Amino acid sequence: MELFNNLILGFSVAFTLQNLWFCFIGCFLGTLIGVLPGIGPLATIAMLLPITFNVPPTSALIMLAGIYYGAQYGGSTTAILVNLPGETSAVVTCLDGHQMARQGRAGAALGIAAYGSFFAGTVCTMIIALFGPPIAEMALKFGAPEYFSLMLMGLVTAAVLAHGDMIKSLSMVVLGLLLGVVGTDVNSGMARYSFGIAELTDGIGFIVIAVGVFAVGEIVSNLGDKEERRFFTDKVKNLYPSWADIKQSSGAILRGTAIGAFFGVLPGTGPAIASFSSYMVEKKLAKDPSRFGKGAIEGVAGPESANNADAQCKFIPTLTLGIPASAVMALMLGALTIQGIAPGPQVMTQKPDLFWGLIASMWIGNLMLLVLNLPLIGLWVRLLKVPYRLLFPAIMAFSCIGIYSVNNASFEIYLTALFGVIGFLWLRLEMQPAPLLLGFVLGPLMEENLRRALLISRGDATVFFTRPISLGFMIMTGLVLVVMALPAIQKRREAITD
Amino acid sequence: MKVGLSENKDFLSGLMFMAVGAVGLYMALDYPMGSALRMGPGYFPNVLSGLLILAGIYCLIHGLLNPDQMKIAGNWSVRALIIIPVGTVVFGLLMEHTGFVPALLALIFIVAYAGDEFKFMEVLMLAVGLTIVCTGLFIYGLGLPYPLFQGY
Repeated sequence: MELFNNLILGFSVAFTLQNLWFCFIGCFLGTLIGVLPGIGPLATIAMLLPITFNVPPTSALIMLAGIYYGAQYGGSTTAILVNLPGETSAVVTCLDGHQMARQGRAGAALGIAAYGSFFAGTVCTMIIALFGPPIAEMALKFGAPEYFSLMLMGLVTAAVLAHGDMIKSLSMVVLGLLLGVVGTDVNSGMARYSFGIAELTDGIGFIVIAVGVFAVGEIVSNLGDKEERRFFTDKVKNLYPSWADIKQSSGAILRGTAIGAFFGVLPGTGPAIASFSSYMVEKKLAKDPSRFGKGAIEGVAGPESANNADAQCKFIPTLTLGIPASAVMALMLGALTIQGIAPGPQVMTQKPDLFWGLIASMWIGNLMLLVLNLPLIGLWVRLLKVPYRLLFPAIMAFSCIGIYSVNNASFEIYLTALFGVIGFLWLRLEMQPAPLLLGFVLGPLMEENLRRALLISRGDATVFFTRPISLGFMIMTGLVLVVMALPAIQKRREAITD
Repeated sequence: MKVGLSENKDFLSGLMFMAVGAVGLYMALDYPMGSALRMGPGYFPNVLSGLLILAGIYCLIHGLLNPDQMKIAGNWSVRALIIIPVGTVVFGLLMEHTGFVPALLALIFIVAYAGDEFKFMEVLMLAVGLTIVCTGLFIYGLGLPYPLFQGY
């Protein structure tokens, strides 16, 4: 059995002392920033990315991945205890989770969120192990037209499923693509949009935009909105859901996992979409939908399983195709590139220890989170009491050091300040920065593949529609656009995102 | 509720898209377009800038037609909007001229001033504490090659 050999290889890599340690650090840091509102995995991974240069590639990825899925666990803690989403994916968890806390059932809510996430994590580890290799094998046959169509599909889904106005999100994708053009053109050696600044001929760093918008811009925005935090800490007792709770939510956990895995494989969508969808499904299926919003445990179990499933399955397109399925995944690929490993389907065959070690570490990480998180609730609660005025200078300090270490030069720092201001404007004008980031990352890849595809086809643009796989992606893209533009769906979409 | 143009989020987004698109198009005119077979460096940016201008026009009109739904939520937080970037730039300048420790101390002191409360002793303790932690972690722990002090 090849699958078992692969998993054994993976666990032998993940179970070394060093990798267990990095897995723990990642999960711990992830939960920490997940608990804290105002800083997410994107900014954290961006800050830490340059520093991972000194760490072996497998350990670096294990740690960064731990931050990502750890944040999904942490986000629910804040949502339940403070009614504030620690992460955007935990927005729906606030609805019923916080109500449960108010009824003195915070422990059950926290517990079921952790169990659901662990179940979803286990299933998704198996899914990646099962479907990763065949997808990678298929991807080896992809040519330039297939890559272009696939990326187009990812960008369109990212824009269409983002919050808010669809056209505006699509425009942000285009803006991101345009920002990606900045720098030297690979084919002609021409400097584009460099404004005569030497540093800009290398292009704008992805980390600069990510930290600028998601750390600096967020901080400015948070300082403008003064919010009172209310706690329900005295009631966190009895951390284990009762048998009746588990029975009641097992269906929701199963469905949430399936929904999360589905959205996870789609490039472009974020965990928030998966958890929203799961919540809607549970509400629809419930015998008594009026319980929702008043502390229904399924409303916590489903979405929490879904967002963890999504977060993990995002690794499928990322690792097998080499195409970042979300902005965070772009950073993962960035970490690979820093280590001198070219992302793509060949990673699985050339670096099996890295691929399978990472997969195995995710399961171990999920187990760590389950075991550690519940006893550590007290610590997270205390952390939440640290006032924001002490927190944001620390975030600024880590951000600035992280950015400076990219090139050991101040130019990136100035650019980050600029993107902080621009990012704040985007946030205030409700222009979604997540689709923009994806566009920015995929821009150069898309241009390159577009040029190559047209060169192979001798300038015939129908090449995207005559090759079967490429045609499939194009049809999917068209379908997504048409379906989401239908007035009925448009209205429901607005209702969900409101 | 009547919303002025300066508070109309789609109108302003539209302006921003159009402005970037216009600058992008103007600059991209200098880049060779090439043909479909051999695309020049100008092809992609020209198309994108054009799309952006169109998108900007859409947003602008959308904002003008639905002025009652376009009020910007949240404050402009002008104070933070000025202080935070200034602190960041000062960090960059000091890193190049005076070294890691002064840069970090200055950064923390300046950005802390953007908060709604500024207690001197508290910020001093925070700045010193964070500087010690960061120095230990980044300079000694991870071996980043920055001088702690320089240029005196």
